[in-house]
Amino acid sequence: MTQALTRPKRKNPVLRTRLPTLPPGARSRIALGLTAAAAEGRFALQVCRDCGAVQYPPREACHACLSVRLEWRAQDGAGELLADTVLHHSNDLFFRERLPWRLGLVRLDAGPAVVAHLHGDVRPAPARVRVTARLDRAGQAVVVALPDKETPHMADDRALREFACDPKFRKILVTDGKTAVGQALVKALAAAGADLIWVGHTEPWKKFAGFDALAELPQVTLLPLDVTDSKSVREIAAEIGGKVDILVNNAEYHRAFGIGNRAGIETARAEMDVNYFGLLRLAQEFGPAMRSRGADGQSSAVAWVNLVSIYALANFPPHGTFSASKAAAHSLAQCLRAEMRPAGVRVVNVFPGPIDDEWNQLMLPPKVAPEALARAIVQALRDGVEDVYPGDVAQEWLERWRENPKALERELAA
Amino acid sequence: MSAATLTKLVADLAAGRVRVVDLTQTLAPEFPQISLPPELGQCWPFRIEEVSRYDERGPAWYWNNFSCGEHTGTHFDTPIHWVSGKDLPNNAVDTIPAEHFIGPACVLDCSKEAAADADFLLTVAWIKKWEKKHGRIPRGAWVLMRTDWSKTWTERRDAVAYQNYDETGQHTPGPDVDAVKFLVAERDVLGFGTESIGTDAGQAYHLRPPYPCHYYMHGAGRYGLQCLTNLDQLPPTGAVVFAAPLKIRNGSGSPLRVLALTPA
Amino acid sequence: MSARRGYDGVAVAVPVTVPYVRYSVRSAHWWLARALGELLERAGLGKEAVDGLTVSSFTLAPDTAIGLTQHLGVSPRWLDHVPLGGASGIVALRRAARAVQAGDAEIVACVAGDTNHVDSFRLTLANFSQFARDAVYPYGAGGPNASFAFLTAYYMRTYGATREDFGKLCVAQRANALKYPHALFKKPLTLKEYLSARPIAEPLHLFDCVMPCAGAEAFLVLAEERARALDVPYARVLGAVERHNAFPSDPIQMRAGWALERDALYAQAGVAADEVDFVETYDDYPVISVMQLEDLGFCGKGEGPAFVRENTFTHDGSFPLNTSGGQLSVGQAGAAGGFLGLVEAIRQLTGAAGDRQVAGAKVGLASGFGMINFDRGLGSGAAILAAP
Repeated sequence: MTQALTRPKRKNPVLRTRLPTLPPGARSRIALGLTAAAAEGRFALQVCRDCGAVQYPPREACHACLSVRLEWRAQDGAGELLADTVLHHSNDLFFRERLPWRLGLVRLDAGPAVVAHLHGDVRPAPARVRVTARLDRAGQAVVVALPDKETPHMADDRALREFACDPKFRKILVTDGKTAVGQALVKALAAAGADLIWVGHTEPWKKFAGFDALAELPQVTLLPLDVTDSKSVREIAAEIGGKVDILVNNAEYHRAFGIGNRAGIETARAEMDVNYFGLLRLAQEFGPAMRSRGADGQSSAVAWVNLVSIYALANFPPHGTFSASKAAAHSLAQCLRAEMRPAGVRVVNVFPGPIDDEWNQLMLPPKVAPEALARAIVQALRDGVEDVYPGDVAQEWLERWRENPKALERELAA
Repeated sequence: MSAATLTKLVADLAAGRVRVVDLTQTLAPEFPQISLPPELGQCWPFRIEEVSRYDERGPAWYWNNFSCGEHTGTHFDTPIHWVSGKDLPNNAVDTIPAEHFIGPACVLDCSKEAAADADFLLTVAWIKKWEKKHGRIPRGAWVLMRTDWSKTWTERRDAVAYQNYDETGQHTPGPDVDAVKFLVAERDVLGFGTESIGTDAGQAYHLRPPYPCHYYMHGAGRYGLQCLTNLDQLPPTGAVVFAAPLKIRNGSGSPLRVLALTPA
Repeated sequence: MSARRGYDGVAVAVPVTVPYVRYSVRSAHWWLARALGELLERAGLGKEAVDGLTVSSFTLAPDTAIGLTQHLGVSPRWLDHVPLGGASGIVALRRAARAVQAGDAEIVACVAGDTNHVDSFRLTLANFSQFARDAVYPYGAGGPNASFAFLTAYYMRTYGATREDFGKLCVAQRANALKYPHALFKKPLTLKEYLSARPIAEPLHLFDCVMPCAGAEAFLVLAEERARALDVPYARVLGAVERHNAFPSDPIQMRAGWALERDALYAQAGVAADEVDFVETYDDYPVISVMQLEDLGFCGKGEGPAFVRENTFTHDGSFPLNTSGGQLSVGQAGAAGGFLGLVEAIRQLTGAAGDRQVAGAKVGLASGFGMINFDRGLGSGAAILAAP
């Protein structure tokens, strides 16, 4: 039975900090299909379009009929644990540091046998299990076998935690507490068990609505933080950067202008300064300390969340300059993901459609409520997902964009 | 005679008989910045990025690039800054006659009134009472409204108190409509200066016309100075202020170094 | 349906072992050169007389057999690179035998060897196979231990095998190894030590796993008459089979290609299983030895535990098995592990097995297994040899 996670003891500052190691991260291109699905929280395997055979390990041609028409499809992961083992030895540094470690061989009801990490509550073979895919610390998909029925404190399993970015007992920075989304995030993270939440806010001389409610939360410390000010970012990073386990960058500047309906570049420049350069400043100042703490005990540095936008994928002309700034931020976030990867810190990019806030006042519903967005982000952290598309609009635009991006471009320009 | 004046000035400065008082707040990113309603265009706050610091980016030197608005920090307002002054001749920083950048200063000490009431408005009656004691405000003088408001920043670094916002907006002292009209029409002043952000009071939006200091001063081709400090080191009369903005082509104003010469 | 051709007239001769060491700074080329050199010396041949070559090695990269021809200065008219790990010996034998029978080569040197640097094992594994890289190594075992732990656990649960059963084989093989001068393990092994050894990947413990080392093995394949003319001791090839990726739909590996090919093997050889005097199985893990005994017809599927309990496996036991100690007690010199059984079989059949000679050995079987791709070994094969 999994023990509930307890608050870790205070770190002894005299001791050396363990450096991050990663599980083997090499994969063939075709195997990256598993990673692509797991990045969004899905477990998918290739299915032959001609004979229906399910394939594993990932491959280029159907093992049954040789067809090359293989398609990734979601799997429910139901299966039977045929055999299990406990590793007491590994040549791999990551696993060596985490022995003993359970592994199993599962025969999926869908057909193939898979080698999987085993949740601690999975009983010895033979046993029914539910298999899913998670991203491991190297950011690659691995197969994980969970008990087929929910068990108490399931998420606190030592192995499962290696694939997640659980906010519980962690210290979190939310870069902008002034917005409705920021405040919803703070509340949701507090409810998820965060120990300490630093909340940034600009223009501290103007008390914003919700300030008092935030200040009353015992976990919250309000800090002046302006992501357009390198000095502000540097100073806050110097003060708290060595303790931030999860950084949630929700600071954003959003106006509803395209090119022709706003003279001058000032609005667009302000959007870039917050949405793109703000991310760059934060990444330069907070990145190094977070990278060094990727394996720093139970409350290690584990995730960096960026509030991007579905408009980053395809420009929404009525919010055209905002879309462009989000596209720039998205690209930079991918760069950040590559730079954080050696430390095992997951960069989580969130792409909501229009949020139900003042800057989207004229957008027709459906819109994402700040609370729903916050919940989606907390869930993504718990599940170790790295690309999040919360809400109906985001889901639909994503599908349209993947299916035919040029068609979406025309549809948005209509 | 003017040669002798200048020679004596230099000698008096060297001997400390004339003091130089710096009326300028330090330009830094955290210095409180004017902020307009979100749907309007905004003035840049002061931002500074290091280019190199005796390192691989430049081994033997240290320098920065900075950015700010024309109206960031201690700054100069020109007639072209306001709609009422937009068509006047020589109304931009680069066209204002240079001799206007030096002028005598009258320092009106409203610090007690401002301490009691953040929305204190300077009135004609108050000015006339001051003149009874210190003499008539000469033409071409800077009228500087001392409130000691700058001390919330210089002594306490209290941005909240310096900006003094609540749900009804900002609350800082300034001149009322009649006072401005009086200073322009009856005293022909060079311009008006304050210690807070803005030459107008924080609640001046509600005066008629809104922002009367901007409206009437600039409308009459006069100037403004704001975010001044150390006015408490100047005598009510007798100081000479040097306030020369950057020579930006067609500029509406600029941050600047405001210096006052005062008898020691 | 065309009948399989037999191996009449084909001989395997000159069993060569280049003594193993735990670590070597030399490259695989050195080990293979030593093996070829000793083949030539013992056969009294010059380089030019050997006109066929097969090469098996994991650490020869970036070279393969062709690079080795220039490195060693040989000019064969028949060449094969056989990268099948533990199945290399059987497959190299089959290839070479057909070349000799067809006249494509007269004397084929079959060599296998690997070096072992401190990081060889790790580096070899990292690029071993696409499926291993995608679907096994990310899970942390750093090698095939997890896959064989699963096999062993499943086998134990399904057929009631115990750790004592596997231990019995390991203990017997150690006893055999003590009589083999090239074995790296020199101390006896008791069942108690076997059982109490530290766990590696449950239920596998220390003595269930081979020790990687550096070494080389080799033999010549040639016509019987030629072997007699050269006056070299030889064994006759009665039969040889191979089968790869057998039973792909078995969810877990409980049998391999021998089960599909064994009838053909015995028919080709003209002998029955009970006429075999000794067996050299490929023993990367004890469970695979038991699987070979079942699939090669020495007992039924699932009867392995009973078979183990009923027999003794030393060279002088009721069922001589891995008479030089097997890889588990000799060491695994990379691809040479796939030759170890064949080379020992030749020694047994030519009376060259010293103190571990199986009395009256006339017929022997050597089995190969290798290339653990994802969850199972893909290559398998077996050969039956006879004394001249």
